[in-house]
Amino acid sequence: MAKVPIQFTLNGSEKAEFVEGGTTLLHALRDKTGDTSPKGGCHQGTCGACSVIIDGELRLSCLTLAETCSGTDIQTTSGLAEAGVLHPLQRAFLDAFATQCGFCTPGMIMAAKVLLDHTPNPSREDVVEALSGNICRCTGYEPIIQAVLTAARANSQNAA
Amino acid sequence: MALALQTFATVSDANAALKAAGTRYLGGGTLVVRAANEGDISVTGLVRSTDPTLSGITVSGGKVRIGASVTMAAIARHPELGAIAKAARAVGGPAIRNMATVGGNLFAPAPYGDFAVALLALDASVGTNDGEMPIETFLAGRDGNPAIVTSVSFTLPKADSFRFLKVSRVKPKGVSVLSIAAVPEQAGDGTVSSARIALGCMADRPMRACAAEKALIGQKLDPDGIAAALATAGEGTSPITDPIASAWYRTEVLPVHLGRLLLT
Ligand SMILES: Cc1cc2nc3c(=O)[nH]c(=O)nc-3n(C[C@H](O)[C@H](O)[C@H](O)COP(=O)(O)OP(=O)(O)OC[C@H]3O[C@@H](n4cnc5c(N)ncnc54)[C@H](O)[C@@H]3O)c2cc1C
Ligand code: FES
Ligand code: FES
Repeated sequence: MAKVPIQFTLNGSEKAEFVEGGTTLLHALRDKTGDTSPKGGCHQGTCGACSVIIDGELRLSCLTLAETCSGTDIQTTSGLAEAGVLHPLQRAFLDAFATQCGFCTPGMIMAAKVLLDHTPNPSREDVVEALSGNICRCTGYEPIIQAVLTAARANSQNAA
Repeated sequence: MALALQTFATVSDANAALKAAGTRYLGGGTLVVRAANEGDISVTGLVRSTDPTLSGITVSGGKVRIGASVTMAAIARHPELGAIAKAARAVGGPAIRNMATVGGNLFAPAPYGDFAVALLALDASVGTNDGEMPIETFLAGRDGNPAIVTSVSFTLPKADSFRFLKVSRVKPKGVSVLSIAAVPEQAGDGTVSSARIALGCMADRPMRACAAEKALIGQKLDPDGIAAALATAGEGTSPITDPIASAWYRTEVLPVHLGRLLLT
């Protein structure tokens, strides 16, 4: 089958790739662009490890066909640090021991980032709801919730 | 495996392409791409349409029309759909809700289809290019339905007359043990003048609890008034058994949850 051309913006850079029909965005990101921050845990939509932000919305890259993303703006966790300085969410995850094996972390951070983009001062309930599609088998979730709340406080202090 | 995706500007062109063997319509893809990822080789091609009529929500004169490509997230945040937002929020986690469409939910087999349960209680009409049909007719014939669903339409209920409950073991997100939507209309003296009750997971697709609906007429929504409805709630059901719950368990807990919903 002929390959399909796709173009999108990934963490601010223009990308153009050829993919086979039916390729998921997860595979296109990892195998074509070399961005391995989205993880393939289940390929069924249940674990959230493959979460990315497409045009400002949280999506599961394992259930999204790459072809449907032409012209979109995609953010992944690998694009968060600026000039070697970690994003407040990344800093907070490290400080709070919210990442252990790390497999769920890029997905958790994407889910947390869209939350903070829309709700800069979330309640604990908001955080739990925002992370409800993401599974972590290591931390027991509490450190992750605390990390997101800490990052939100750090953001609002910086903004003040 | 390679999976050809064809995109059409109009629904009629997409309908024509769907006639080819092995082709399925692509909504948000949360079920159909998952099936492909799991190795379902019955799907060899996907078809979608970017027709703008599929993606709008219109509310006017108490009537709602939701395009089939509208997502659960868009319904949940729509300022005029607050009365039914709860049912849209019951579907999956945030990322699933950003992808899951109304059209796809109508085809989702149990334990999925929570929003379709709400639409059944709301007596919605399901639109295709050939016109509209009652949701019950649609659900009964959906397995052989080759036509693209374009919209759902219904009368917006008053906020307090639409009741919805999804029971799941994992909070806040989790697959349904069962879901129930009820629209009881009450006369001035508080007695029920009409009621529609729809159940999810109590069959392979959403179904109405017709016996319970009848038993509510003329009754007050208090423990005595709803007793007969609860006793007949399971009539005609054939619940699914899956890793979440057995058919026996679903049958046992249905009256408990229906009671809680009717008494709220
Ligand atoms: C992790 C996870 C959690 C989930 N949780 C829930 C939940 O809590 N509640 C729930 O109800 N569902 C749940 N689902 C199931 C699913 O996400 C929803 O039912 C969703 O609404 C399906 O819509 P879709 O657009 O993604 O469907 P798709 O996968 O695109 O399509 C599903 C089926 O419907 C057909 N179809 C789709 N749109 C149309 C149309 N317009 N016309 C004709 N045919 C069409 C497709 O051909 C396909 O056969 C979950 C799924 C996952 C992966
Ligand atoms: S890999 Fe996408 S949700 Fe698990
Ligand atoms: S840190 Fe291991 S799964 Fe979350």
